[in-house]
Amino acid sequence: MATRQTQSLARLMRAPAIILLLIWMIVPLAMTLYYSFLNYNLLNPANTSWARFFNYQYFYTDPAFWASIWNTLVLVLGVLSITVIGGIGIAMLIDKPIFGQGIVRILVISPFFVMPPVAALIWKNMIMHPSYGVFADLAKFLGMQPVDWFAQYPLFSIILIVAWQWLPFATLILLTALQSLDGEQMEAAEMDGAPAVQRFIHLTLPHMARAITVVILIQTIFLLGVYAEILVTTNGGPGNASTNLTFLIYRAARLNFDIGGAAAGGIIAVVLANIVAIFLMRAVGKNLD
Amino acid sequence: MARAVSRNTRIGWTIAAWFVALLIFFPILYAIITSFKTEQEAIAGFDLIPSFTLDSYREVQSQYNYFRPFMNSVVIAVGSTVLALIVAIPAAWAMAFSPTKRTKDILMWMLSTKMMPAVAVLVPIYLIFLRTGMLDTRTGLVIVLMLMNLPIVVWMLYTYFREIPGEILEAARMDGATLGQEIVHVLAPMAVPGIASTLLLNIILAWNEAFWTIQLTTTNAAPLSAFIASFSSPQGLFWAKLSAASTLAIAPILIMGWFSQKQLVRGLTFGAVK
Repeated sequence: MATRQTQSLARLMRAPAIILLLIWMIVPLAMTLYYSFLNYNLLNPANTSWARFFNYQYFYTDPAFWASIWNTLVLVLGVLSITVIGGIGIAMLIDKPIFGQGIVRILVISPFFVMPPVAALIWKNMIMHPSYGVFADLAKFLGMQPVDWFAQYPLFSIILIVAWQWLPFATLILLTALQSLDGEQMEAAEMDGAPAVQRFIHLTLPHMARAITVVILIQTIFLLGVYAEILVTTNGGPGNASTNLTFLIYRAARLNFDIGGAAAGGIIAVVLANIVAIFLMRAVGKNLD
Repeated sequence: MARAVSRNTRIGWTIAAWFVALLIFFPILYAIITSFKTEQEAIAGFDLIPSFTLDSYREVQSQYNYFRPFMNSVVIAVGSTVLALIVAIPAAWAMAFSPTKRTKDILMWMLSTKMMPAVAVLVPIYLIFLRTGMLDTRTGLVIVLMLMNLPIVVWMLYTYFREIPGEILEAARMDGATLGQEIVHVLAPMAVPGIASTLLLNIILAWNEAFWTIQLTTTNAAPLSAFIASFSSPQGLFWAKLSAASTLAIAPILIMGWFSQKQLVRGLTFGAVK
């Protein structure tokens, strides 16, 4: 069927998407690389000069950089552990024969559709506010001192909000995997008297392994880029306590107008993301054949 | 599952599941409730029963001209998605029906562009926008979001198109169908559900995008995500208004999202989990 004519038509059909993505990927990235070697500040563009590796050196020796790398790691790992463990638990709960399963599913999935600034502002003001939030009301009700979450535990507060946003995603993917679990096998194990914990470890977990991997990898890609949640709650502070790499680069570019420094940070972010991406591509690639 | 479960166990699981579900949904529910409170009620302590006033909704419109960011969101989300579909449908079609040795590599490469962190290209994109006067324009955002979601759109369409059996095309040809008839009667009906699902998921993704929208807009072209982010430094009483603005911003997408649960799994895992 693949005559020369259909093949050239196919090439023509593929071309726009490929060319657009090629431009989108190569041009800005090449520009970032170029800027990363320049002393270039938007406040003083006349003084632009060749910087060699100064921007990288500067970024590397800045204590804020290491703080941001650490915060990025804590944020990603914190959210991952909450969402994966919570997701497994909730997926198994929803998978049970319950009344109103459809509505339960809808309620659980909902936070995923809430845009990041809205999610973060609802949590900041109505849930975690030190004087008027629901947590504060609860603390007062229990006779405890309300906590000023964003001042005392800024990174933890952001982890909580982001985990709330991503818990539905993990739950939904894990539930999809769980529903393809062989019911008969499970029944047989149950009849043989295998306790619930054993069944979970030897049947359920191995079956979900692939889905768990996918959840971890995809979430990591998105979690490396958490931005709006930080912007509207702590603005990276106090100090650098809740500044991740994305936010640090944003600050360099947009608040300090340091084009060279922000570009160097961007290149570091690309390297970090690529390490994750390689693993994800392998996982997805296997499934393509 | 066809296992016999006693009624009591079932009720037990039901209570547990509903408890967890309501806990997760609570922040959204509480924002909706607060949107019907007065500003005084909103900070008066925990209360699930509002006075059902619509003042906050009225004020959000009169004070902040809510309709403008809302329309910006509609134009940007729908515009970028439709543009992406126009580019992606032929590409996905060609890759699904005339695959070459390199098709898999091309798809993987497209996916890899999705993994480039947005912040890494913030500097060049911002400077390009600054110099071409595209800052704070809807056109600029439509282009960026279209390019950002293009890989997902191609991928989703590809996985749907691949499920259309090629033999049907041949059968139609044998029966003497013209190319036009082939497209209208055979291909379109089978492709439309996949295209619709892709459209839905990508409108959701574009609607909720909150990095580029905040970086590249100020007032004129700001969609809801950027508009609501500007509420982070409030003056005076504003919780009920914030809630009203939030409710309006998430309601349409929440409803669309409920209808697209299955596509969500497929689209966001690139077919790795079905």
